[in-house]
Amino acid sequence: MTTVAADVKKLTMIQAITDAMRTMLDEDDSVLVLGQDVGINGGVFRATEGLLNEFGEDRVIDTPLAESGIVGTSVGLAVNGFKPIAEMQFFGFIYPAFNQLMTHATRMRQRSLGRYTVPMVIRAPYGAGVKAPEIHSDSVEALFTHIPGLKVVTPSNGYDAKGLLIASIEDPDPVLFIEPMRCYRTGRTEVPAEKYTIELGKAKTVREGDDVTVLTWGAMVNDTMKAVEQWEKEHQATCDVIDLRTLYPLDRDTIKTSVEKTGRVVIVHEAPETGGVSGDILSVINDEALFYLKAPVQKVTGFDTPVPVYSLENEYLPSARKITWAIEEALHY
Amino acid sequence: MKRTLEQIEEQFQTFQIMNEEGEIVNENAMPDLSDEDLKEIMRRMVYTRILDQRSIALNRQGRLGFYAPTAGQEASQLGSHYALAQEDFILPAYRDVPQLIWHGLPLYQAFLFSKGHYKGNQMPEGVNALSPQIIIGAQITQAAGVGLGLKKRGKEAIAITYTGDGGASQGDFYEGLNFAGAYAAQTVFVVQNNQFAISVPVDKQSAAETIAQKAVAAGIEGIQVDGMDVLAVYAATQEARNRAINGEGPTLIETMTYRYGPHTMAGDDPTRYRTDEMDDEWEKKDPIVRFRKYLENKDLWSEDEENEVVEKAKEEIKAAIKEADNTPKQKVTDLISIMHEELPSNLKEQMEEYEEKESK
Ligand SMILES: Cc1ncc(C[n+]2csc(CCOP(=O)(O)OP(=O)(O)O)c2C)c(N)n1
Repeated sequence: MTTVAADVKKLTMIQAITDAMRTMLDEDDSVLVLGQDVGINGGVFRATEGLLNEFGEDRVIDTPLAESGIVGTSVGLAVNGFKPIAEMQFFGFIYPAFNQLMTHATRMRQRSLGRYTVPMVIRAPYGAGVKAPEIHSDSVEALFTHIPGLKVVTPSNGYDAKGLLIASIEDPDPVLFIEPMRCYRTGRTEVPAEKYTIELGKAKTVREGDDVTVLTWGAMVNDTMKAVEQWEKEHQATCDVIDLRTLYPLDRDTIKTSVEKTGRVVIVHEAPETGGVSGDILSVINDEALFYLKAPVQKVTGFDTPVPVYSLENEYLPSARKITWAIEEALHY
Repeated sequence: MKRTLEQIEEQFQTFQIMNEEGEIVNENAMPDLSDEDLKEIMRRMVYTRILDQRSIALNRQGRLGFYAPTAGQEASQLGSHYALAQEDFILPAYRDVPQLIWHGLPLYQAFLFSKGHYKGNQMPEGVNALSPQIIIGAQITQAAGVGLGLKKRGKEAIAITYTGDGGASQGDFYEGLNFAGAYAAQTVFVVQNNQFAISVPVDKQSAAETIAQKAVAAGIEGIQVDGMDVLAVYAATQEARNRAINGEGPTLIETMTYRYGPHTMAGDDPTRYRTDEMDDEWEKKDPIVRFRKYLENKDLWSEDEENEVVEKAKEEIKAAIKEADNTPKQKVTDLISIMHEELPSNLKEQMEEYEEKESK
């Protein structure tokens, strides 16, 4: 057993998320948590477990059941000097709030010439693979990366989650922080007890290799890592696996550097293919590294359908087979 | 002078016909129901209570998936449904599967809905209903539209939609009432106020004393009903239905009820947010116990009859779960193929690629 220093804890991703909110509630009186069932229930995933007790009803607020109300109220609190962390119970329930995000939260700074800003975070659990009912499992990050003025962040493990969430809370502008549900409790990482941040807009190379660049995020990071580890055992080639972590703005440098090295690219995301973030990544590659490409970029994505009901979600999700086929396709073009 | 709000709230007293002892306390409001009707209502409530118990057990055994328990809400669900005609159109929420079943959705399909199979969402011909709504509130504006459509086509039928106390906080709720009011749509809105939206108590949803009073702002009728009193729920729904069909506009019905079980079977723990005292207090109002007393006093119900219903329910449930289990699994390609009437090339390609590689 590895020993862990006293100021470092082995935490699941959900615990690390709670820890980040606790850290910021403690440090900054203007930070508030609000959402459905975030109080006495500690959130349906228990992300806010214990926070009501520690910080009281003035800071940890159960809201009425209305997403537009939650986000609109957060915008109002934000222009009034607060830093709201609003929870959507599931990403698939954010749509009633779309208007507030699209037309207000993200335009406030610009259209008031900086007189008002919206330092707000919206947290939302997302992704398929947890046997949730219809609509709970959407991966619609691309709807939001398309909103000018909104940063979109997604961690894949506890360590990143804490650092990225604190950075998001401290960010002076709105951040959408989407949390892959499948990663909530599937493993622990060492998470320092103290406050730390991870810069938004920076990807992480989670596995280094020479022959193929695999770009992914969220729950697909673990799936991709497993597929690549297995595949490398049986082949003479190696992969750079990159966890993008921030989907807007993209880390152009990291993408460029890796593509220049490998010349072969696979993008893996669980969202539908058409209009997915893979399109933006392709555009970065086109702009920054087109002439380094040795093969067409491969995409492994969901179908252009809604995420199906749960009896079919595993057929929908990119599988290890699909990922390795794409790697081989890129390699043997 | 009294404040307007106070005056309004005073008018929303809970409408009751039968008290907790099964005694009729409001003879004038007693609906015109035959003895056979009364017995049928009881059969449906007993049946549905068993269905709830079995569904919970099947969920625990892993044989069912998503399930939102219904015990406690039988009068509210089935009393309102009994006032409907077959042609009426139901827009339910996820907890309102019993109304669908009694409207004609085969039990095995209800189980398929729970098991995450699309066949559970496909209403048979002759059953006018959408499948249970997941996005809270969305059905409420749609109900205004269905009710308007019925009116335009001169139908003697209504749209009825269900939501919970939490659902009454959504913007869609207010928009739906308002649209229906503006069009005098043939719509009845039922808010089953079971006191909690998952863990959030109703007094955190709104400063309003009742949900029923929200009808006032939309200029439509509103009534708060004892949702554990099946006769009151039936009578209120029947009246609302008649008014809607007669062109007198929509009605908002708030039924005061309680869900005995957890929010859903996916890990909700009511002991976090409810007390035993509160549970006990509401169980004393139980809709089945109360109605049983009423029927027994009229010599309309016996233990044997009840046992018969229980046995019938158990047998039918057993057969239906078997049928659900034996229903062929769907494939992703089945779903891609029905995305549009005519499939665009990108989807054709995705389908072909899947068939070629993955399905092998
Ligand atoms: C738009 C939307 N937001 C959030 C949810 C998550 N959610 C599911 S049920 C529920 C509580 C609903 O409470 P209520 O309307 O009172 O109905 P009940 O479940 O008590 O029948 C919540 C918040 C959802 N399904 N849809």
